[in-house]
Amino acid sequence: MADATALLQLRGISKGFPGVKALSDVQLTIRRGEIHSLMGENGAGKSTLIKVLTGVYRRDGGEILLNGTSIDARSPEEAQRLGISTVYQEVNLIPHLSVAENICLGRQTTTLGFLKWKEIRQRAEKALARLGIEIDVTETVSNYSIAIQQLVAIARALDIDAKVLILDEPTSSLDEKEVEALFTVLRKLKAEGLGIVFVTHFLDQVYAVSDRITVLRNGTYVGEYEAALLPRLQLISKMMGKELSELEMKAADRVATKAGVTPFLKLKQVGRKGSLKPLDLEIAAGEIVGLSGLLGSGRTETARIVFGLDRADCGELQLDGKAISITSPRQASGLKFGFCPEDRKVQAIIPNLSVRENIVLALQANRGWMGYVSRPTQIQLADKFIKALNIKTPNPEQPIRLLSGGNQQKVILARWLASNPRLLILDEPTRGIDVGAKLEIEKLMAQLTGEGMAILFISSDLEETVRNSHRVVVLRDRQKVCELRGEEISEKNIMHAIAASDSDQ
Amino acid sequence: MNSAFNSPTWHKLKWPLAALMLVLLYNYFYTPGFFQIEMKAGRLFGSLIDVLNRAAPVMIISLGMTLVIATGGVDLSVGAVMAISGAIAALLIAKGFALPLVLMISLGVAIVAGVWNGLLIGYFKVPPIVATLILMVSGRGVAQLLTGGNHIPFKHAGFEFIGRGYLAAIPFAAVLTLLLFITFVIISKRTAAGLFIEATGDNEVASRYAGVQTRVVQFAVYAACSLCAGIAGLIATANLAEADPSAAGIGLELDAILAVVIGGTALQGGRYFLAGSLMGAILLQTLTTTILTRGVPTQWTQVVKALVIIIVCLLQSEVFRRSFQRKPATA
Ligand SMILES: Nc1ncnc2c1ncn2[C@@H]1O[C@H](COP(=O)(O)OP(=O)(O)OP(=O)(O)O)[C@@H](O)[C@H]1O
Ligand SMILES: [Mg+2]
Repeated sequence: MADATALLQLRGISKGFPGVKALSDVQLTIRRGEIHSLMGENGAGKSTLIKVLTGVYRRDGGEILLNGTSIDARSPEEAQRLGISTVYQEVNLIPHLSVAENICLGRQTTTLGFLKWKEIRQRAEKALARLGIEIDVTETVSNYSIAIQQLVAIARALDIDAKVLILDEPTSSLDEKEVEALFTVLRKLKAEGLGIVFVTHFLDQVYAVSDRITVLRNGTYVGEYEAALLPRLQLISKMMGKELSELEMKAADRVATKAGVTPFLKLKQVGRKGSLKPLDLEIAAGEIVGLSGLLGSGRTETARIVFGLDRADCGELQLDGKAISITSPRQASGLKFGFCPEDRKVQAIIPNLSVRENIVLALQANRGWMGYVSRPTQIQLADKFIKALNIKTPNPEQPIRLLSGGNQQKVILARWLASNPRLLILDEPTRGIDVGAKLEIEKLMAQLTGEGMAILFISSDLEETVRNSHRVVVLRDRQKVCELRGEEISEKNIMHAIAASDSDQ
Repeated sequence: MNSAFNSPTWHKLKWPLAALMLVLLYNYFYTPGFFQIEMKAGRLFGSLIDVLNRAAPVMIISLGMTLVIATGGVDLSVGAVMAISGAIAALLIAKGFALPLVLMISLGVAIVAGVWNGLLIGYFKVPPIVATLILMVSGRGVAQLLTGGNHIPFKHAGFEFIGRGYLAAIPFAAVLTLLLFITFVIISKRTAAGLFIEATGDNEVASRYAGVQTRVVQFAVYAACSLCAGIAGLIATANLAEADPSAAGIGLELDAILAVVIGGTALQGGRYFLAGSLMGAILLQTLTTTILTRGVPTQWTQVVKALVIIIVCLLQSEVFRRSFQRKPATA
């Protein structure tokens, strides 16, 4: 069975956790010079397979062959020495160190035990330049956005002389431009004979780069396919285990609801020095307003001001016609605002608390410590959302950190839905969420706005923005450049607005 | 299977409980009369009762310390706060103040000390070790200044009852400990305070984003911890019938922190176990009493304590336990 051209072969892999059979009898074959996508729904076992391969977890059974010889990495460092370089789903950089230190960590060049700082810096700059980014590499990593952090983690992985490169959802926070730069590098590495494993929920990206696709479902192996010979819909039905008709895909195509007319929240020339130039923004009940723009264009900054995380230093915020100032998330949540932040690990999950506790947290915080949500109600809420969002967890008492990335994201969404807000700000809410769940969430958004909720929707995925928004506000360089409504909303127009303002000046 | 034996509380409690059982078993065989409890003039006497009575101050402080540690902090100033509350109580009694007023003022000052810690930590973001170290050092100085560096002896039957009295044959300090424990458990389980504390300790940023007032949480836990220290200070002072600000509560902060850690609450914050902390405090006191009654040279006390603590903490460490049950990787 040993494939002569195979670079890396995983056979009969199984792995169980208490209450969960994460993998059973799974196989994966990576050949030299190929990009291989590993696909599956949230919780299918993709990240677990990668962690078993790279020694983060011990496997319960199965065999791993690298170049035909059996290997058994006991730690990620050992896997790296064997030539397997990995970017994990949860970016694991050391937050207090500089970008340069993070990239070169563990492989610094020294003379007589002294670090050569200049060399380290140059090496880091070069590694990042390959991805087309130029940033100050002496800056502390945690000061950069999650997207930059993701790029730093990728640059770190690319900087290693490896035979196999593994990327677990590396592009979840990236823009088209960065994704394209990454793909260029990947194609070059592929030509050099590397085997590359790529995990993503963006089907476009899968088809843009992969030669082969391996599909997992519920911890089991479904099959391996040539990308060119597997139509999209078939891939989806293989992942979901059921047919998803073209019609159903279309059904969720465009928001069916009509937006309300009178805006209840108005931003008038609201801005903040250094992060957002003064802008106007209005949102009405039942309306989905998309915020579009490149990374660092001011999308998240706008959301942070509305939710009281940052203070506006000019302009006026009006709620129901009255001027207000929002100074804390607590206050914002009291006004029935909700905010699903983009950095799941740092800003959203309470890792060791249960799924139930993570879901009730915002609602409970809103009611105060004396307004205890009774245990039965908590359990009811948790069960309701676990079902509604199809959250994969053995039980509501499971610590959230043990859930798969996409399922953690769903729990955070549930947290804010449970608090029943009037305005829900979603910053990259579908980050790491599988195709099926994305459709479910889009349907849910349409339903909620039908019931009068307003949604401020931030997404790097233009298609998603176009499909869901009643109105799209385009930002560029921390400044609002235009507002599109109705028929004007299209990917082309948004892209044009993002790019065009250059020539206007 | 009984669900009570599956709960995380039981999971954390079993190792300190086992250690306690071992120490008790040792005493059963080697310390004659350790388990004897006598009824004299309507009061219970015996080594076990003595353990409870002596452990009371550390147990009470460990309750407050548990909440502080659960938020990811630590309070080093509890010993100094004990000294302050004891000194103030003794001075007020000497001046002839009424008992309720004495209690209110001395405990009020303790709470103020906690709010001060909360202010430094929650508002000015001073690291907890530094913030409470400031009070640890300066607080004892304040207590000594208040008393002019002297012992303040007093006679006041009502006040002395707190440290020496008996209620239904049981030492009043032990009864008070139980009442405080019940109060803390109710606040933790029947209000949302427990959730807010654990969330803040587990991920402060995310908790704030979810609308939890993490600053208020920090104020509250340091105030509660200081209040506990204040109460412990009154017990210790009442027990001696004198205030001794240079000796009161010395080293108790470390015992309280140890009790909490033995009880299963991690120093990084997050989940907390009040019953575990009490168990930890009782274990520490039982060890001390055992060593004393066995006539072991007192130099050994700290060494033996340290050994037992290391064992309990290692047993609680997942990594440590797993290294003994390595499964072969491949089938
Ligand atoms: N350490 C763990 N302890 C318990 N269960 C775990 C652990 N790690 C993963 N799981 C469970 O194993 C299953 C597979 O998780 P995995 O993270 O591999 O999914 P995934 O395919 O990467 O999903 P996603 O697309 O959401 O990232 C999930 O049900 C998850 O809850
Ligand atoms: Mg994953």
